[in-house]
Amino acid sequence: MTPHNVPREGAPANPTAAALQARFGDAIRRVDVVWGETTVYVARERLLEIVRWLHDDPEQQYDYLSDVTAVEYRDPERALEVVWHLRSLPRRRFLRLKVELPRGTALEVESVWPVYRGADWLERECYDMFGIRFTGHPDLRRILMWEQYREGYPLRKDFPLRGRFSRAEQLRQALAANPEARYSMEELSIADAFADLPDEMRQRLKSGARTGE
Amino acid sequence: MGLTPRPAPRSVEATGGENWVTTKLDSLVNWARKNSLWPMPFGTACCAIEFMATAASKYDLARFGMERMSFSPRQADVLICAGRVPFKLAPVLRRIWQQMPQPKWCISMGACASSGGMFDNYAVVQGIDTIIPVDVYVPGCPPRPEGLLYGILLLQEKVSQEHMGDDAIRREMEPDPKSGLYIPPAAIDELSEPFGNSVHQTRSGL
Repeated sequence: MTPHNVPREGAPANPTAAALQARFGDAIRRVDVVWGETTVYVARERLLEIVRWLHDDPEQQYDYLSDVTAVEYRDPERALEVVWHLRSLPRRRFLRLKVELPRGTALEVESVWPVYRGADWLERECYDMFGIRFTGHPDLRRILMWEQYREGYPLRKDFPLRGRFSRAEQLRQALAANPEARYSMEELSIADAFADLPDEMRQRLKSGARTGE
Repeated sequence: MGLTPRPAPRSVEATGGENWVTTKLDSLVNWARKNSLWPMPFGTACCAIEFMATAASKYDLARFGMERMSFSPRQADVLICAGRVPFKLAPVLRRIWQQMPQPKWCISMGACASSGGMFDNYAVVQGIDTIIPVDVYVPGCPPRPEGLLYGILLLQEKVSQEHMGDDAIRREMEPDPKSGLYIPPAAIDELSEPFGNSVHQTRSGL
């Protein structure tokens, strides 16, 4: 059922929003409906609980996490937002969840990996580009930029488009990376790259914890 | 441009003199070499599509003895870098180049491979000549197959001018051990300065 002639404001909200408000009360901060799409702002502390309910409740059945991303606005006072796009295939519903991370607080939010295994790489990308830490993620490290990338988080507003270092320095650091490095102990070539890896990753590899790959 | 120049060919006396036999042998070897350049395709973006069109029947790279794509650098003569190269790929491209045996050549195909093109940002190498030595630059975004063919003809011209007495064609060109680069770092910074419309203008005008 594809909606036609949806107004910008005032379209009916996704019925899930009302169900969320009834069940979680104060934890649902705000509900917006723009172009017929429902955005629910939720409390940071209860995110995982809410997502788990959306996934498990037989009336909701949000069985597909299509994206995890973040938004930083130009206004330096305004909070960063982390965004989850959920889709319910059986009920044909789309829901956007947002959590606001106000300035001056740690950029941390719970990982939804325990509910959706597909969140693994999405959250790693979000961490790589915005520096948001997802607590409870099994293997939070960079995914697009290389592991030893030191210039910061490229999609943040304070990040200069051309990077922080000079071109020659960027090139030198990039060329120093070992293209054969793999990050599981089963791979033989890990021995070559072991010294180059960040500390916490070395600890994790030594302890034999799973690497998420 | 700050490139370490290949050592000049040894003089006629030092090589024992060029005579009718050596010059004819030169032209025979060069003729064979230039008409059987095996390309190592390194296609990363839309230029690779034009490269495939060049290799396909209409433009027919086989006319130049290049129909045999060498997907192993060990058996390749020409590295054709078609497309933008992000920094994360820089060590890969460098390693592929170092795995190719001498004599070897490199064609930088398209604006992105040659200069970074429109991607003047934190993630993209501003010209592959900052990673490996390049023989021929093919401009265009992407270049038409005719453009690439013209670049290949230029490279064939270059190959046909080489002398066997010149041992630079047999010796691997090493990067500067201190910086690990072929070009001095200052030259790289200068080469990749913003040119024309760049980061100082944003699309929204804000």
